[in-house]
Amino acid sequence: MTDSKYFTTTKKGEIFELKAELNSDKKEKKKEAVKKVIASMTVGKDVSALFPDVVNCMQTDNLELKKLVYLYLMNYAKSQPDMAIMAVNTFVKDCEDPNPLIRALAVRTMGCIRVDKITEYLCEPLRKCLKDEDPYVRKTAAVCVAKLHDINAQLVEDQGFLDTLKDLISDSNPMVVANAVAALSEIAESHPSSNLLDLNPQSINKLLTALNECTEWGQIFILDCLANYMPKDDREAQSICERVTPRLSHANSAVVLSAVKVLMKFMEMLSKDLDYYGTLLKKLAPPLVTLLSAEPELQYVALRNINLIVQKRPEILKHEMKVFFVKYNDPIYVKLEKLDIMIRLASQANIAQVLAELKEYATEVDVDFVRKAVRAIGRCAIKVEQSAERCVSTLLDLIQTKVNYVVQEAIVVIKDIFRKYPNKYESVIATLCENLDSLDEPEARAAMIWIVGEYAERIDNADELLESFLEGFHDESTQVQLQLLTAIVKLFLKKPTETQELVQQVLSLATQDSDNPDLRDRGYIYWRLLSTDPVAAKEVVLAEKPLISEETDLIEPTLLDELICYIGTLASVYHKPPSAFVEGSRGIVHKSLPPRTGSSESAESPDAAPSGAPPSEQPAVIPTQGDLLGDLLNLDLGPPVSGPPVATTSVQMGAVDLLGGGLDSLLRSDVGGSPAMGGTGFTAPSAVMPANLGPPPSGGLGDLFDLAGGVGTLSGSHVAPKTVWLPAMKAKGLEISGTFSRQVGAISMDLLLTNKALQVMSDFAIQFNRNSFGLAPAAPLQIHAPLAPNQTVEISLPLNTVGSVMKMDPLNNLQVAVKNNIDVFYFSTLYPLHILFVEDGKMERQMFLATWKDIPNENEAQFQIRDCPLSAARCACSRPSNQKQLVPEHTAW
Amino acid sequence: MSASAVFVLDLKGKPLISRNYKGDVSMAEIDHFMPLLMQKEEEGALTPLLTHGKVHFLWIKHTNLYLVATTMKNANASLVYSFLYKVVEVFSEYFKELEEESIRDNFVVIYELLDELMDFGFPQTTDSKILQEYITQQGNKLETGKSHVPPTVTNAVSWRSEGIRYKKNEVFIDVIESVNLLVNTNGSVLLSEIMGTIKLKVFLSGMPELRLGLNDRMLFELTGRGKNKSVELEDVKFHQCVRLSRFENDRTISFIPPDGDFELMSYRLNTQVKPLIWIESVIEKFSHSRVEIMVKGGKEFLMRAHFGLPSVEKEEVEGRPPIAVRFEIPYFTVSGIQVRYMKIIEKSGYQALPWVRYITQSGDYQLRTQ
Repeated sequence: MTDSKYFTTTKKGEIFELKAELNSDKKEKKKEAVKKVIASMTVGKDVSALFPDVVNCMQTDNLELKKLVYLYLMNYAKSQPDMAIMAVNTFVKDCEDPNPLIRALAVRTMGCIRVDKITEYLCEPLRKCLKDEDPYVRKTAAVCVAKLHDINAQLVEDQGFLDTLKDLISDSNPMVVANAVAALSEIAESHPSSNLLDLNPQSINKLLTALNECTEWGQIFILDCLANYMPKDDREAQSICERVTPRLSHANSAVVLSAVKVLMKFMEMLSKDLDYYGTLLKKLAPPLVTLLSAEPELQYVALRNINLIVQKRPEILKHEMKVFFVKYNDPIYVKLEKLDIMIRLASQANIAQVLAELKEYATEVDVDFVRKAVRAIGRCAIKVEQSAERCVSTLLDLIQTKVNYVVQEAIVVIKDIFRKYPNKYESVIATLCENLDSLDEPEARAAMIWIVGEYAERIDNADELLESFLEGFHDESTQVQLQLLTAIVKLFLKKPTETQELVQQVLSLATQDSDNPDLRDRGYIYWRLLSTDPVAAKEVVLAEKPLISEETDLIEPTLLDELICYIGTLASVYHKPPSAFVEGSRGIVHKSLPPRTGSSESAESPDAAPSGAPPSEQPAVIPTQGDLLGDLLNLDLGPPVSGPPVATTSVQMGAVDLLGGGLDSLLRSDVGGSPAMGGTGFTAPSAVMPANLGPPPSGGLGDLFDLAGGVGTLSGSHVAPKTVWLPAMKAKGLEISGTFSRQVGAISMDLLLTNKALQVMSDFAIQFNRNSFGLAPAAPLQIHAPLAPNQTVEISLPLNTVGSVMKMDPLNNLQVAVKNNIDVFYFSTLYPLHILFVEDGKMERQMFLATWKDIPNENEAQFQIRDCPLSAARCACSRPSNQKQLVPEHTAW
Repeated sequence: MSASAVFVLDLKGKPLISRNYKGDVSMAEIDHFMPLLMQKEEEGALTPLLTHGKVHFLWIKHTNLYLVATTMKNANASLVYSFLYKVVEVFSEYFKELEEESIRDNFVVIYELLDELMDFGFPQTTDSKILQEYITQQGNKLETGKSHVPPTVTNAVSWRSEGIRYKKNEVFIDVIESVNLLVNTNGSVLLSEIMGTIKLKVFLSGMPELRLGLNDRMLFELTGRGKNKSVELEDVKFHQCVRLSRFENDRTISFIPPDGDFELMSYRLNTQVKPLIWIESVIEKFSHSRVEIMVKGGKEFLMRAHFGLPSVEKEEVEGRPPIAVRFEIPYFTVSGIQVRYMKIIEKSGYQALPWVRYITQSGDYQLRTQ
């Protein structure tokens, strides 16, 4: 007989029938009825109406029945808080039952009933259970403290439960220790300042002892807790490492990864001269390799972590290339990760093998995988100079296959190879040009155009080729347009006599017919350069480009160090710090690797970065699209970007580079508030350009920057006229129009409420939905007298930015609910961003940089400001706490 | 730290059973799971970790079920996946086969198990043999109200209960080596490794102390026995019961075993061995309607196959699946690993017999085709 019979009752009057059965005198019938109730609950039916009847069954000596009733309580107590009190007595009684199984069950369940009133009654039983003679009850009570803390932290502190929990770390039973550690870690995580886990050498020693005895899960709790400890010197670090390494032989992959985390972190403190350091490095490789034999999901976590580990300590896995070779039946997500690691491990020693593999992959059928394999070949060419020629010939072979996406991908990477090895492989250009017509992806088109422009002097029909692209100029994507503009200007500078017409054509397309400010600005700049000083133009446009460096997609070192501290967790899988995806973790201190101590190394170079590795060992990071110099040299294409998870980090790197570099001098002062730029109703003064190559209206580059710089300092900012937000038709006669304004630091929403109905309106209230910047009413909506028919009232509602935050699309979307005596009405409106900008937007450079780095990538939003001829800057609006800063993200010519 | 809730879903994404452990993630969030999974699959960006807003889904698939854990925290992902697989293991041992039907048929005991397996997101007792001592399928057994927690649950030896008795004390040892091989189209061996496992079937009374002796090279070197006839184990993984620090110190494999079947250890060897089975293949496609596959295996076998095909063609390009080989060779290990001894000591002093069996079999044995 199976339980499935309990699901079959679907007739009407079921609840009534169940009620009768629950109140039956017969034990067996009661139990059957409870099972039916649970079955209904399982399939999602609402059986909360039976609450009192089910609770009545709680007092039973039948354990199975009791468990079911408890289960019911956990599910419905929250919706029936008053009746849940009825259960308290039985709970308290059960906590004193002679059977430890029942005591534990009671304390476990009580913690799961998230009803405030009940928690008070929980304290005494919990106190007893924490001191219970049976370890099974104690280990359950330990977890219950964490549950209770989650519901009412103050209560837990007042009752002294935290101290009792700390005492349990010294419990004689390993499982109790493990759960106490888990509970304390959980509490400490949500209250980082509480200093709960004041780990010291003594408590660490206890934990390390318990590590040998507790279950696999307990070992993970303890290892994760150890990873937060900061040893006082390298000797202590080494002794902890020595006691943690045996865990690398555990069959559970999660235990292994948590042990790897502790070792990777504490290794940071060990001197590289130490014999032990080398031993430890050697010990890490085999378990990491073995993780690749685990279940695919665990392989995936392992690979994402190995990706971090090979960036931090490439020496660990440098001889293990083969294990990352892709197998036919690997899931695609494993294949892609393996490919990424293969490129990271590629070196002169193994490049032949790697290339053979990549070529094999490039002829597979999975499009995403094939594309990535082709890109990988290009990255190998850039990374391992000796192999460049072979890579190029491999790519040419692939182009011959004429498989469309392979060809396009190959052209994109060949462009990068040209950047790395200029004037070396031009012989292939002819082959590339044969495929011109088949290119339909913007990135490939842009790459091809770049190549034609860059080598225009060697391509006889370069002008024809570029002209052919020009026909559909306005249908191209921005990156192709920008590239085409630049390529034709280059061509003109190289072959001025034949191409004057072409360059005029492209300049006019870019400046007059386009409403893309990036494109227009770049057009104007070229135009000015060409018309004022062609020699200077040549120097700028055809300047020697900086070589691109070998490694791509590297994670920025401080982020990498932080992620190493999070090995095995979601952060390590996303390659993002927890603050980027966990709500309420903004205030939490970023984890960082411990500084190296006591070693000769640090004595020699006191200024060395905390990461400890000498700079020469760290491969240089390719400046990505944010690089000013790169922009001027028209390298919009950026380096190859592999998977979506990595792409975000490269954007951040760009940002950091940008701000550390030369741009800040250009943006000298008024980086801050630039209200007018975000303002609405802005009309663009049309800059009229002469049709021929005459000089444009004003001076040189400087003007442009002055212009951008001067926008920022208005005090009383622009206020758009009121528009109707809520038409009367949609709100039973209530019409609302309004606008936003900012006056001396205060934001307000200016509203006009009109009663177009026949009845009097009163009891007005307003509420905002969560929004991107936490905009919220600072005071209630105060309309003192009732609003008579046809009467209008004007009101200014003060706003602040301390409300809950949720990213909206568009970013400045605000959803508003207005209530009156008739109904609740909803509308949404867009607010101009300038109301958020603080007037004193000035910030010290250091502070600005620090603030910028604190902002997780997710919080960066970009939007283009249309019809704004003033500035060439695009704006990234970011929100460190509640202070808004306007940060020009980068110029983009 | 870990999962907020755990769901078992059917293939359409409908929850069959669930358990809310922490209450910080709305249980309704699970409705987003299946649409998200389908969308990601469409985009070719499906990973075992999906995100919807602030909620993260960690999922695995087993037969016609999805097991999904939700969290809003920076959870320990490897712990969650390990746990989900453990849940599958426990359920499978309870219900023989874990699938949609068995979930419905056993929902009462599943709720009980979910309550015992994890508490507030922390995995607890996940050893199914021990669980079976106090959570049984026949609820009737418990009616006496006498059931207690087996002390094993919280013991340092949390995998073996006391008081086990056998008339005949025996241990069966299976040494199983799987050969993984990856051969390129041009016939060069890309990867060749041996994954070994040692499985035990234990019928021993009381709380026996076991010591397993292998011809482990590291051990031989430590004890000055030289390299002769020893095997270098590259990476070794042990069952919970093995004292890892002891192994780390002097390479002794000592343990108190669980009762019955379990996997004591696994090891990996990277030593290049001559491929046990070699295959050459020629696949020729003639026009639209005929494929000829010629497979030459080792020295002795030749297979030639013609396929007459209807002249209908698929538009997409075909993949080139490799030739996978399955085989089993009894009484033989590729690595030459040997069980030198198995010492069994129990305080009652009984004599016990160890029986050893060796098998070599194919693991992931792939030869790519042209």
